[in-house]
Amino acid sequence: MAKHSRRDFLKTSALIGSATLGLSSTAKAAPENVLSEDRMGVLVDTTVCIGCRKCEWACKSAHDLPTASIETYDDRSVFSNVRRPDDKALTVVNEYQSITSDKLPINVKVQCMHCDHPACVSACIVGAFSKKENGSVVWDTDKCIGCRYCMVACPFQIPAFEFEKALKPDIKKCDFCINRTASGKIPACTEICPVEAITYGRREDLIRTAKEKIKNYPHRYINRIFGEYEVGGTSWLYLSSKEFEQLDFPKLGKDPAPGVSEAIQHGIFSYFVPPVALYALLGGIMWINKNKKHNETDTEN
Amino acid sequence: MENMKPTPQERKYFTPIVIGLSVLALNGIIFLLGRFVFGIGSVTNLDNQHPWGIWIGIDVAAGVALAAGGFTTAALGHIMHKDQYHAIIRPALLTATLGYTFVAASVMIDLGRYYFIWHPLLMWNGSSVLFEVGICVMIYLTVLYIEFLPIVTERFIGKVNLPGFLKKFNQPVDKFLRILDRGLEKTMFVFIIAGVVLSCLHQSSLGTLMVIAGPKMHPLWQTPILPLLFLLSAITVGLPMVIMESVITSKSFGLKPETHILSNLSNIVAPLLGVYLAFKIGDMMIRKTFVYLYEVNAASVMFTLELLIGIIIPLRLFMSRQVAKSPVAMATASFLVILGVLMNRINNFLIAYNPPYAVKSYFPSIGEISVTIGFVALEILLFRFFVINFPIVSEPDTTAPHTKFSLRGTTK
Repeated sequence: MAKHSRRDFLKTSALIGSATLGLSSTAKAAPENVLSEDRMGVLVDTTVCIGCRKCEWACKSAHDLPTASIETYDDRSVFSNVRRPDDKALTVVNEYQSITSDKLPINVKVQCMHCDHPACVSACIVGAFSKKENGSVVWDTDKCIGCRYCMVACPFQIPAFEFEKALKPDIKKCDFCINRTASGKIPACTEICPVEAITYGRREDLIRTAKEKIKNYPHRYINRIFGEYEVGGTSWLYLSSKEFEQLDFPKLGKDPAPGVSEAIQHGIFSYFVPPVALYALLGGIMWINKNKKHNETDTEN
Repeated sequence: MENMKPTPQERKYFTPIVIGLSVLALNGIIFLLGRFVFGIGSVTNLDNQHPWGIWIGIDVAAGVALAAGGFTTAALGHIMHKDQYHAIIRPALLTATLGYTFVAASVMIDLGRYYFIWHPLLMWNGSSVLFEVGICVMIYLTVLYIEFLPIVTERFIGKVNLPGFLKKFNQPVDKFLRILDRGLEKTMFVFIIAGVVLSCLHQSSLGTLMVIAGPKMHPLWQTPILPLLFLLSAITVGLPMVIMESVITSKSFGLKPETHILSNLSNIVAPLLGVYLAFKIGDMMIRKTFVYLYEVNAASVMFTLELLIGIIIPLRLFMSRQVAKSPVAMATASFLVILGVLMNRINNFLIAYNPPYAVKSYFPSIGEISVTIGFVALEILLFRFFVINFPIVSEPDTTAPHTKFSLRGTTK
């Protein structure tokens, strides 16, 4: 992750170059504009997931996080509480009751959604987050200063912080197994899943697959793919038999998460015109008042 | 009008109150050590649902707003050239300089990797609001120190007295200070205008900061005009801060309060409060968020209190002729405005922020409160130190007409 590509270098120098020309507002939510047609995604079919939590184990193993042996993950008592991903577990599976109690429970895997227009990328003060061409949103430890603004910004409340560390606390979140996919492997969770509830593939293909599933099994699924449009689209997509908001998915609109914030920011700073204009205006007022004072000596007091 | 001249208020530093404040400061420092040794989690109640607590909500956000006296008085005194206000510019400048210094310190202690605080200087993200705020505050803090330098040169020119073998440097140091002073005098107007522009920028951007939290923020506060509301409230709170600080200073140093100047100042506050109130109510009406006031919960109560205590009551007070005659009444009304802006910042950053998966709500820990109180105590202690040792507070001057330091940078 630490290695800087030539592309990063060019990007930075272009940014500095344009900033010296007074055009620093060129950076956008996805700085490299990398929403490639071939970006990858994962389709999670919550109607298939059996809640075996093998993905939790695989994730920890792939990210060198401490974990108990794989057998301990058969323990289903953890489902009594709704859990959230944190700095010790980048993904967790939760269990919910289905609409009718005779049906099987619904299991939902939770992790970073890898937004197409990520709020964290837009928010990060030092640009430690970036959206990569393969769809992943990754965090760069060499830049992060630990301000936790990404956590404020994230609509899914995903980034976790190592609050217990006095030195070099990390922001932890699913990195889409960027190191595995770089060497041709698929994400650890999708590899281990015994029932193929989670499918790794091109996002476009996954959406087509999901739509076919909904069309072919209208009684099995509600007619909605979570992540297709939410906050401008996410790499991770979900199918479900129950409304997503009842499965603890946040209620979100279709506008990209950074939304208005960037518009305001770029409005105030459009080519530095407003600040410079204000400076000139104040300078003018100061000059006029000074001259006025000069001409009419002390009439005010 | 009689001539006023800034004079060091030579007094004994320690009083019972000063000792009490020192204890509070020390207590804060002890908890701060805990944060640096054992991590943020050990001292604060922050968690993954509540990434920001009172160190950001109060120390940084409210701290920046309450230090707005620096740029509002600079605009009034230097840019509008209202000479009568010159007596209050220095105390306001000191308040702002100390305020921003502690804002920077608070950011530093809240950063997980505080030793990388310089990263934003090299690693830019043009779309990040926080980046803009950070850079602006860094530059403005530098500008404040530059604006403060003439007070230092004035204090030491002709009085440089280094101890021991350093004595032989007395002459060169004095010479350097004189050159510095002359240079500053010629260029100060550049910094004064820059200070006002930078303040307008980051005071408003501080409001934009929470816009990205989107639906996580309560609709009573989440509005696209947050930056405007933050700017208006900062401009509004600047003068009340100066009034209160001036009344307390004159009380504590046994000086005659500058009632005439203060009541002129307080006349400006009412229209400012009125504009702020209009935008606040207008925003509520246009977005129809008043429906949230029908239910009783923390958000609706805090919003009402903020409006009532922080804007409506002080607006009424500042409109009264009686209030403008009494320093104590003006200080009370000012205190309400300050309280209102403090509440507004707490509301925006903490009360309004409703993380989707929180199992418990955030309340600051003893450690967080101790550090926040400790910083405020330290600020007051430093303020007293500077007022005693540097020419900050103006006294009637009969000896010499003040020409040199009155219109810095604008005299020819």
